[in-house]
Parts: sequence; C-alpha cells; structure tokens
Amino acid sequence: MELDLHKQFRVDIKEHLVKFVFFSFAFLSVITTVGIVVVLITDSAIFFSEVSFFEFFTGTRWSPTIRPEEFGVLPLISGTLTFTLVTSLIAIPTGLLAAIFLSEYANERVRSVLKPALEVLAGIPTVVYGYFALVYITPMLKSFIPQLSTFNVLSASIVVGIMIIPTIASISEDAMRAVPNTLRHAAFGLGVTKFQVTTSVVVPSALSGIVSSFILGISRVIGETMAVTIAGGNMSRMVNWLKPGETLFEPVQTMTAAMVEIGVSDVTGDSVAYRSLFAVGLTLFAMTMVLNMVSAYIKRKYREKY
Amino acid sequence: MAVKDIASGAAEDNIRKERIKGIVFQVFCVIAALFGIVSLGALLIYVIYEAAGWLDLEFITNTPSRFAEKAGVRPPLLGSAFVIGLVALFSLPLGVGSAIYLEEYSKQSFFRRFIEINIANLAGVPSIVYGLLGLGLFVSTFGMPHGIVLVGAFTLTLRVLPIVIVSSQEAIKAVPDLQRHASLGLGTTRWQMIRTVVLPEAVPGILTGTIIALANAMGETAPLIMIGAATTMFTSPHGLFSSFSAMPLQIYAWSDFPQSEFQHGVTPAAIVVLLIIILSMNGIAVYFRNKFYQKKRQK
Repeated sequence: MELDLHKQFRVDIKEHLVKFVFFSFAFLSVITTVGIVVVLITDSAIFFSEVSFFEFFTGTRWSPTIRPEEFGVLPLISGTLTFTLVTSLIAIPTGLLAAIFLSEYANERVRSVLKPALEVLAGIPTVVYGYFALVYITPMLKSFIPQLSTFNVLSASIVVGIMIIPTIASISEDAMRAVPNTLRHAAFGLGVTKFQVTTSVVVPSALSGIVSSFILGISRVIGETMAVTIAGGNMSRMVNWLKPGETLFEPVQTMTAAMVEIGVSDVTGDSVAYRSLFAVGLTLFAMTMVLNMVSAYIKRKYREKY
Repeated sequence: MAVKDIASGAAEDNIRKERIKGIVFQVFCVIAALFGIVSLGALLIYVIYEAAGWLDLEFITNTPSRFAEKAGVRPPLLGSAFVIGLVALFSLPLGVGSAIYLEEYSKQSFFRRFIEINIANLAGVPSIVYGLLGLGLFVSTFGMPHGIVLVGAFTLTLRVLPIVIVSSQEAIKAVPDLQRHASLGLGTTRWQMIRTVVLPEAVPGILTGTIIALANAMGETAPLIMIGAATTMFTSPHGLFSSFSAMPLQIYAWSDFPQSEFQHGVTPAAIVVLLIIILSMNGIAVYFRNKFYQKKRQK
C-alpha cells in the first residue's frame, strides 16, 4: 500500500514537471516579445540622449557613418513609404483579382494546381528576388525606359509585389469563400450577371477580410529588406511623389536597407551609428505593429457572421 | 410594335455589353492569377539557364574566390546546414511543447488567449527586427561573439518559432477528442495520453509545419546580417562558437560583384543550389501534408 502511494506520488511529480516545462516553453514567446521591446527601447534611449528626438524625427538627412554625421529618419521613412506605395499598387489589384479568380471562377482542379503554385512565390528567399530585380528586371525595363537608373524603386517593387501576391490572395480568397452561396443565388435570381454578383455582392460581403489582407500585405512590404537593399540602391533622399520619374526610376534607401548598410559596415558596438540601428528598428517595429493590429481589428470587428 | 422593337434592341445591347464586361473582367482575373507564377517561372528558367555551365561538383566543394572559375559554396553551404540543423533541434521541442501546453493543458484560459495573441503578433514582426533582438540580447547583453553559429541559430529559432507553434497546434487540434477520452478512460495520466495517443497522430502535421518553417529560415538573410554573420567565409564552421556564413549571405555578397562571370554565372549557380534545397524541403512538407490528409480521409 505504501509502495503504491510512493509510485502515485512519483507519477504526480512527473505530471506536474511536464506541465511546468511546457508552460515555460509557451512562456518563451512572451519573453521574446518583451525582449524585442526592451532591447529596442534601451538602446534607443541611449541613442536619444545623444541625438535629440526632434532631430531624429524632423531631420531630412541620413548619414550615420560619413561626416558630418546626421541622423534624420525622414528620408528613410520617405524611402520606405515610396517603396511600399509602388509595391502596393502592383500587389493589391493583382492579389485581389487573383483571389476573385480562385474563389469565384476557378474549378476545383484549377484551384488545386494554382494555390500551391502561388504559395511558391512566397517561399522564394527575398535575397533571390533582389538578384532577379537587379540583374534581370532592371536591364529589361531599361530597354523601354532609358532614364531608369541601375538601382531603382520600380524593379524592387515589381519583385516584392510578386512575392506579396499570395499573402493578399490567400486571405482575400478565404474571406470570399466564406460568403454563403445563398447570397450569390439570391443575386443570380434577380437576373444579374456573374460579374455583377462578384463585384456587388461577394466582394462587399468579404470586404473586412479583403481590407485586412491589404494591410497585412503592406506591413510585410514595410519590413521587407533584402530585395530593396540589393535592387533599390542605398541612396537616402526625400522623395517628391509629384514627380513620378524621380519616384519610380531613381534609387532610394528604406529604413530596412539603412539598417543593413550599418550592419555590414565596420561600425563598432559603442557608437552612435550602432545605436541608431535600434532607433530605426523601433520606428519600423512600431509601424508594422500598428498595421498588424489594425488588420486584426478590422478582420475581427467588421466580420459579417453568416 | 416599333417602340417594343427598339426597347428590346436596347435591352439586347445592354445584355451584350454586360456579357462583354464579364468576359473582360474574367480575363483580367486569369491574368492576375497567372502573372506572378508566369513571371517567377520565366525568372527561374533564366537563372537555371545561366547557372548551367557553372554548377558542378567543384562549385559545391570549393571555397569562395575572387576568380569566378575557382569560386565555390562549401563554407556557406555547411554554415547554412549547421545553423538550420540547430534551429530544427531547438524549435521542434520548443514549438511542439508550447503547442501541447496551449492545446492540452490550458483550454479556454485567459493565459492561452494572451499567448496566442502574442504569437500572432510575433509572426508579423519583420525578420530584421529579430536580427536586432539577437544583436542586442545575445551579443551585447550576454557577451557572445559576433556572427557565430550559436547566435545565428538562436536568432532564427526565435524567428520561426511562431510558425512551428501555430502549425503544431493545428495538428494537435485535428486529433479527435474521442481518442483522448478513450486513453484517459483506460486510466492513463495526461502526459501518457499525450505521448502515446496525441503526438503519434499529430506527427505528420507537426513535421509539415516545421519543415516549412525551416525552409523559411534557410532563406533568411537580414537577421544574420544584423548579428554580424560574415557575408563571405573561406573556412567552414567547425563548432558552435565559430564564425559562419550562409547561402543567402553569400548570394547577397556576390550579387554586388560587377563582373559578368559573377553576375551571370557564379551567383545564379549559388541561387540554384539554395532554391533546390528550399523547394525540396517544401516538397517534403507537402508530401507529409498529403499523407496526413489521406489518413484523415480514411477515418
């Protein structure tokens, strides 16, 4: 009897131990989040004691390693927004139309081939996309657009646009497939065409999912690094969107590309340039975080329940 | 009579217009669905064509070089293999353990929702920020050296963990409760049930998600740059604390070389090597997924 109790006790201990170990594994994700925030904020705090908050967020020159050193983040934000805008103009309409095709027009056989094929687009490393843009796309575009510079926004946006299509298409498609067929049948019963059913019934009904896929895609583009580093050039500048040629055909530097530039340079761990990495990183993190939360909020809040 | 003809003529015109509109729209949708796939297909064919003369056994076994004919990818290839192997070793127990906790131990609790929201947020953090985490935490705070294998593996593990956790959760969720009840009814403890009933059933699903996550890690460049991994290494890594380079880093370094033999020969060859690895990992993942679905259908 006593032996049994001992055995029972051992089993109980083991059960609790296993549960505790798995709990601590799950808790690691919380530690990761806290770690990211703490690392970004502590190093940024030291940075902001050296370069004022005001100078960082209003300065229009970014030159972390070349004298005179200046740490204005606006040119980088301008670069990131330009790259994001052009990429979105390519990826959003393409992704949405692709989703409409998959959800409304394609039969099961076509879908079962197209969907995995689209997923491959997102699986190619961005460094490879960057090479494609620099070495294949830019020279090809140059034969139509002679003023295109070797490093430019357009090529980087085209490849990243291709890369983002599956993100937008798969979430939008899920949203459209969740629209019940009764709505479609009701519309068809009124005698409208498939085009009208799609554009005036299905898409509006799935709008929350579609919009949240757009925002998620935009957030991915903002954080995209290698393609825009390799093909977009590393020239920080304030982009004037009123001049399309200057916007599309010239090099820029995004926040991410600026971080890579410092990362591959021989900047030491105890310099303003090193700490500026974390200030830019914090800005980037905040931007993507807000977009991801807005995307999740829209999806949750405005979801139609059928 | 005449009025009626005109009216129906107008209606027919209208119908024809609507029909054309519909066809044009459908054509646009088809083009959009194929645009990315066809473009990428063309780029892949071109890169394979350019790599053709350069990709041989020597390319795999040589070290990088200034001379295109002698250049090879052994150090970055072994670096990638070493780091990704460690990522698999770390992320599998951590990811599956987390998923088990969330699915089997903390049903419907506040803690579970909190962790799940947290994981969803982590999945959306740009990969370069994980590089900053690795740099700030492992290098600056813990004092580990720049650009070593272990820091690379830790950083990429944190990066892919959300994917491994979510896909393991899906796999565990798919195990029917009936089997859990049967096991508990026989008097097993919770952990015995998980080990002997839930996990064996969930293995294919867990493997699918983990392999896809590892394939992603294989292509990651930015986080490794931030932790100070070398873009070019002439020696292969020989231990956890040795410096390393990885395939994507070497491709990044070579894509900057202006010489034509590099731009149109050596770099495409390295890209083809990396893509073969990544796409075959994805292929294996799809194989496991199909097996998983077949099993489910039989039930």
